[in-house]
Amino acid sequence: MTEEIIIAGFGGQGVLSMGKILAYSGMMQDQEVSWMPSYGPEMRGGTANVTVILSDNRISSPYLKIFDSAIILNQQSMDKFEEAVKPGGVLLYDPNGITEHPKRTDINIFQIEGNRLATEKGNLKIFNMVILGAFLKVKPIVKLENVLEGLKKSLPERYHHLIPLNKEAIDLGMANVKTLKFEEVFNLN
Amino acid sequence: MKGNEALAEATIRAGVDAYFGYPITPQSEVIEYLMIEQPEKRTGMIVLQAESELAAINMVYGAASTGKKVMTSSSSPGMSLKLEGISYLAGAELPAVIVNVARGGPGLGTIQPSQADYFQAVKGGGHGDYKLYVLAPASVQEMSDFVEDAFEIAFKYHAPVLILSDGLIGQMMEKVQLRPQKPRRTDAELIAQEGTWACTGKTSDRERNIVTSLDLKSEKLEERVHRLYAKYAQMECEDLRYEMINCEDADYIMVAYGSSARISLKAMELARDKGYKVGLLRPITLFPFPKKQLFDLADRVKGFLSVELSTGQMVEDVRLSVEFKVPVEHFGRTGGIIHTPEEILEALEQKIIHNGTVRHHKTREQSI
Amino acid sequence: MELLDIIKPENKVFSKTEAMTDTCLSYCPGCGHGTAHNLAMEVVAEMGIIQDTIGVAPVGCSVLAYDFMNIDMTQAAHGRAPAVATAISRLWPEKYVFTYQGDGDLAAIGTAETIHACNRGENIVIIFVNNGIYGMTGGQMAPTTLKGMKSSTSPFGRQEELTGAPIKMTELVANLPGVYYATRQAVHTHKHARKAKKALKKAFENTRLHKGISFVEIVSNCNSGWKMSPLESNVWLEENMLAYYPLGDIKVNGKLKK
Repeated sequence: MTEEIIIAGFGGQGVLSMGKILAYSGMMQDQEVSWMPSYGPEMRGGTANVTVILSDNRISSPYLKIFDSAIILNQQSMDKFEEAVKPGGVLLYDPNGITEHPKRTDINIFQIEGNRLATEKGNLKIFNMVILGAFLKVKPIVKLENVLEGLKKSLPERYHHLIPLNKEAIDLGMANVKTLKFEEVFNLN
Repeated sequence: MKGNEALAEATIRAGVDAYFGYPITPQSEVIEYLMIEQPEKRTGMIVLQAESELAAINMVYGAASTGKKVMTSSSSPGMSLKLEGISYLAGAELPAVIVNVARGGPGLGTIQPSQADYFQAVKGGGHGDYKLYVLAPASVQEMSDFVEDAFEIAFKYHAPVLILSDGLIGQMMEKVQLRPQKPRRTDAELIAQEGTWACTGKTSDRERNIVTSLDLKSEKLEERVHRLYAKYAQMECEDLRYEMINCEDADYIMVAYGSSARISLKAMELARDKGYKVGLLRPITLFPFPKKQLFDLADRVKGFLSVELSTGQMVEDVRLSVEFKVPVEHFGRTGGIIHTPEEILEALEQKIIHNGTVRHHKTREQSI
Repeated sequence: MELLDIIKPENKVFSKTEAMTDTCLSYCPGCGHGTAHNLAMEVVAEMGIIQDTIGVAPVGCSVLAYDFMNIDMTQAAHGRAPAVATAISRLWPEKYVFTYQGDGDLAAIGTAETIHACNRGENIVIIFVNNGIYGMTGGQMAPTTLKGMKSSTSPFGRQEELTGAPIKMTELVANLPGVYYATRQAVHTHKHARKAKKALKKAFENTRLHKGISFVEIVSNCNSGWKMSPLESNVWLEENMLAYYPLGDIKVNGKLKK
């Protein structure tokens, strides 16, 4: 099994850390993993993206053009990565701030209102975990217990008391992910 | 772990005595990691942020003059500044390890990954008749492993060793198996092993030790340069490293190192899926270069594609090795753009497999 | 006294310090470098620290200092001696590490290394020989070349409006907290040389006590570069160099003198 994922959004949305947690979760189940971020000034408030690969075999290129799954969290990333999903692949996105919804008919499209859910919870910091939950509902490539182990690995110890809150956020995402049909997306415009 | 962090941790674990550096993207994680880890408490290793890359490389020179295991790291513009010191290290025959997490140039260029420092790394770079032993890691694991390997070579030959990485390998995270902690040498051990040449203080039982790269008499300097080149010849015999993947049955070979080797590996998979018999030769050392391996492969393959994040530097060495037996072409994005596996495959098809016909067609189209 | 009597050990009045080699100095006759070398090495020998002293030679006339000083020495790139010495001192904190640099090396190309080593308060001795000119490369203008002074790159005399005023490095670095001792000395007469030796001794004592930077400037001559006889150059030094670069301690025990 090899899963090649792009996560893309604004800097500050927790894009890189979500990818990191996913990679650590893969490690917890003895997979080969790679995490390749965009880096530099664009990290600071601009767009940020990270390529995460989980595989049972040696990973060749950490940098890719097309992906099994794309997690898209802003319009610029939608513009850039909608076409980068393999036919039959997965596109998961948060509609917040999206003006041009995905139009492809040969891929599976899912929506998660991560921003709204996190705002309602009163804690925007859990946003990326809501998204991760939604993704794992669609693509259960790592087990929840391994995600929690991955969290422990990637968070400094002083933040470990926040792990239950993160689990809650993951559950919230899992419960609220929506499968979209092409027509429905179109209607939203 | 990030490649840069793995390298920093490996530095502590290799029993290195000192690190001197200056921040520059995309390698600043090395010194940041070392500062957080406080290796002075773990092993007694010294870490100092210098006022410039020039100062840092000369601190390396100072520490190496006394037989200590010492390292510095930088990225392309910083490497240009370090070249003065590297030339002196080579001339004075001092062991040291230098790391370049390369980015796009020339000039200030970009902070995105690049392999355009190949010429600088293997063709001297600094002034004078010298070479560097150059290791090119292609994974976070190798970022970690090559630190200790580099010091072994540096002390075996009394020569500076360069680890040429790039922003992609430096910034990415992968699984890594760290080597166990090696103890640092005590001063007494160091004096026992390096006392014949290192500046450790002239005791009454020996002559003074002098470290210098100066030979005002030309005959002396020629003698020194010949001594250096004898070492380089020995490196070619004893310490060449490379990896061949799917080369046994290959009709076409991609030659790529570091991050490009990783991306080419994927391109090779895609090519094999399409039915092309494609192999990958990955030079692990850029000097010494797998000249003979390429020369021999040229007898049984139809062409080579050198894949680099540059406009074509290593391709010259591939051509020299192949001696025009079969076509050798280059493909690579530059300026900080990373080529995709699909782009490499396309180039392979156009430039090598279809032997240039597609390319000619395109040119004709453009001219219309 | 017969010749054979003179060379008898009991008649010996002076002997070369064991910290100097038997190699003939390559400096021009009349140059102050030889005296400065000898004074520094006498101090090292008298303190009994030959085995604990590591010297850093610069680029300049004294590039071959290691041919004359009978101690372990490394030779630095132009201007970088304070960085080289920094590393040695950090890794060998019980050693006596010194740099021996000229004005081009220390005050021009190596200004950054000088300032930052001083600012960090590295536990080293910096011996700064200031003769107002680039001696080795054939008498070009240095940052310390006096106003109106002719050199091969200021053939009509140094013009301050074009090249700035001569830089007073010792006063400059004395203001940095990492500098524990800053002094300006000369070696062109016995009297001055004796004083300079005392200053050097104090500098190496400071290293013993881990006090940080001891910066000893030695105002010297360059009769070849100045195109004078040795005697003329010493007179010129007294009248011109010392007028601009006054001798004496500038900072002692971490306190500026005023």
